[in-house]
Amino acid sequence: MGLLEAIILAVLAASTPLLLAATGELVTERAGVLNLGVEGMMIVGAACGFAGAWLTGSVIVGAICGMLAGVVLSLVFALMTLALAVNQVAAGLALTILGTGVSGLIGSRFVGEKITTAPKLYIPGLTDIPFAGRILFGQDAFVYLSLALIIGASWFLYRTRGGLILRAVGDNHASAHALGYPVLRIRMFAVMFGGACAGLAGAYLPLAYTPFFIPGMTAGRGWIALALVVFSSWLPGRLVIGAYLFGAVTILQLHAQGAGLGIPSQFMTALPYLATVIVLVLISRARTGGSTAPAALGTVFVPDR
Amino acid sequence: MQLVLEKRAERSNTIALVSPLIAIGLTIATMSVLFAILGKNPIVALGVYFIDPLADSYSLQEIAVKATPLVMIAIGLSFCYLANAWNIGAEGQFLIGAVAGSWLAVKTHGTDAGLWVLPAMLLLGAIGGALYALIPAICKVRFGASEILTSLMLVYVADLLLDYLVRGPWRDPKGFNFPTTAEFDPVATVPILIEGGRLHLGAVITLLVVVAGAVLLGKTIMGFEIRVVGAAPRAARFGGFNSNRLILLTFAISGALAGMAGIIEVAGPIGHLQPGISPGYGFTAIIVAFLGRLNPAGILIAGLFLALTFIGGEQAQIAMKIPLDVTKVFQGILLFYVLACDSLILYRFRLVSSSPKVSRGVA
Repeated sequence: MGLLEAIILAVLAASTPLLLAATGELVTERAGVLNLGVEGMMIVGAACGFAGAWLTGSVIVGAICGMLAGVVLSLVFALMTLALAVNQVAAGLALTILGTGVSGLIGSRFVGEKITTAPKLYIPGLTDIPFAGRILFGQDAFVYLSLALIIGASWFLYRTRGGLILRAVGDNHASAHALGYPVLRIRMFAVMFGGACAGLAGAYLPLAYTPFFIPGMTAGRGWIALALVVFSSWLPGRLVIGAYLFGAVTILQLHAQGAGLGIPSQFMTALPYLATVIVLVLISRARTGGSTAPAALGTVFVPDR
Repeated sequence: MQLVLEKRAERSNTIALVSPLIAIGLTIATMSVLFAILGKNPIVALGVYFIDPLADSYSLQEIAVKATPLVMIAIGLSFCYLANAWNIGAEGQFLIGAVAGSWLAVKTHGTDAGLWVLPAMLLLGAIGGALYALIPAICKVRFGASEILTSLMLVYVADLLLDYLVRGPWRDPKGFNFPTTAEFDPVATVPILIEGGRLHLGAVITLLVVVAGAVLLGKTIMGFEIRVVGAAPRAARFGGFNSNRLILLTFAISGALAGMAGIIEVAGPIGHLQPGISPGYGFTAIIVAFLGRLNPAGILIAGLFLALTFIGGEQAQIAMKIPLDVTKVFQGILLFYVLACDSLILYRFRLVSSSPKVSRGVA
């Protein structure tokens, strides 16, 4: 296996959790809800995903556990922000703090345990094609699922009536409400979808990326996913590009550390976080003609009767 | 049955006062259930958490020591949140303040530098924290980048910078390869208040910060501007208040306070710079700020209460083998309840028997 092939394979693996979590958050934000608790839902998804897989020996059960955990946490968030009209930024922070604790509580007894990770696809002939074979036909199910999800989300948002309504709710909840659409219910489903994606993204880490669970193993990926949604200008196509670019930064800094360029490893590790800051600045600067964010993003909606 | 929110004609001042107490009550009820699930007697566990630390003078001092950074950071954060500027990177500003102040302690180590060292360290810590907080503020004001995400990303960067320094250039040559600087000299250490105890001068500084914060918010034009920009941005624009200037200002203030808390923590209870100097003070301070209703006196009480949960959590781990993560769960649940109860100030909750389906004509 050549170095380039190895790098591309590693980039795909590193990008997948970012893409999964960001897809969920993109749909949530398109409905006008800013859920800053992605990191919290991911870390609980990682703990529950590992617990499920370790107890049953099945990666699929693990993935489902991770998703369910994400949905449960997102419902807490929905109850707070939608039913009780709590500030979304503060509630998202609370969700992340709570998630960190819950994840430690569930995951601590599994630290040091190991599982077999998700199997890679193998199609005789196709996977054996030099170079492209393993990249295109030799991934685990999560990689294909993440791409299917973003394509599906894109189709839903732009090609279906439901997607149109969801975007309308995110752009002007008062008008959508006046037209008779159940704004809060639509937002709840969007938040739940975001939770499922974040939980799955978290579960991907111990189920496919590394075969064990460590507390805090998401290491800010949830926050980077949030930044990716801004980077994408809320467009699914750009989200895919952004996720793979960030995966590439993560992997390249690891390879640079391995190559021993004489730069302290901490500076290389800091690179993805610094890149996020720089990208946010550049993208916000380029957007001088007005924001492309959903117009009602982050605002509280209380239906008057 | 359906839950419906009704806007109150006026914000309820009674509920504004009791809502933190309702939140604490609900949190304690939820925690009892959690203790029962973990197989511990809830009454005994709650006693270890909330009563035992109040029973002896060592624990009481320890609560004040833990509350010192929490209150100091939270006062700064309350300025930001009142002005609707979302600084959530106080943890990073805390670490950078610790690094900036420690620089002087490391440079003067082993020399016969005078009593000026500690005040200079505190000043450096405040400046370091303020400058670090200004990065996301400038990115926000100049380029419109979300301060929430940038300030948080910089927490990871600060953590790695500190890690590099204590493993690399600043490592104590006589430290058996542990990632730590040498113990600070006496002139670079925050003095202890009571002989043989743990309470240090930082607690006094924090009390001064609380008073200064109350005066600044309640008695000055700047405090008025901060509150107006946050509560009524449109009115503030008509009034000619410059909201960009206030974002920079509130970030600088909160960064300076977080940075000063960082260097006080390092030069006080810890005594040297090392990784892991904060058990998440910068994040817990967010809860302190909200639980204290963004009000300096409230923050002081809230800070003492959350410090109690840190100490109680440690004692519960030792005495009852309750995992330390329970403290984080507790803090997260508490913040949720605080926010939910705050909704009661503006809205009335009402249960309606069935949802009215009159206005569904178009759909």
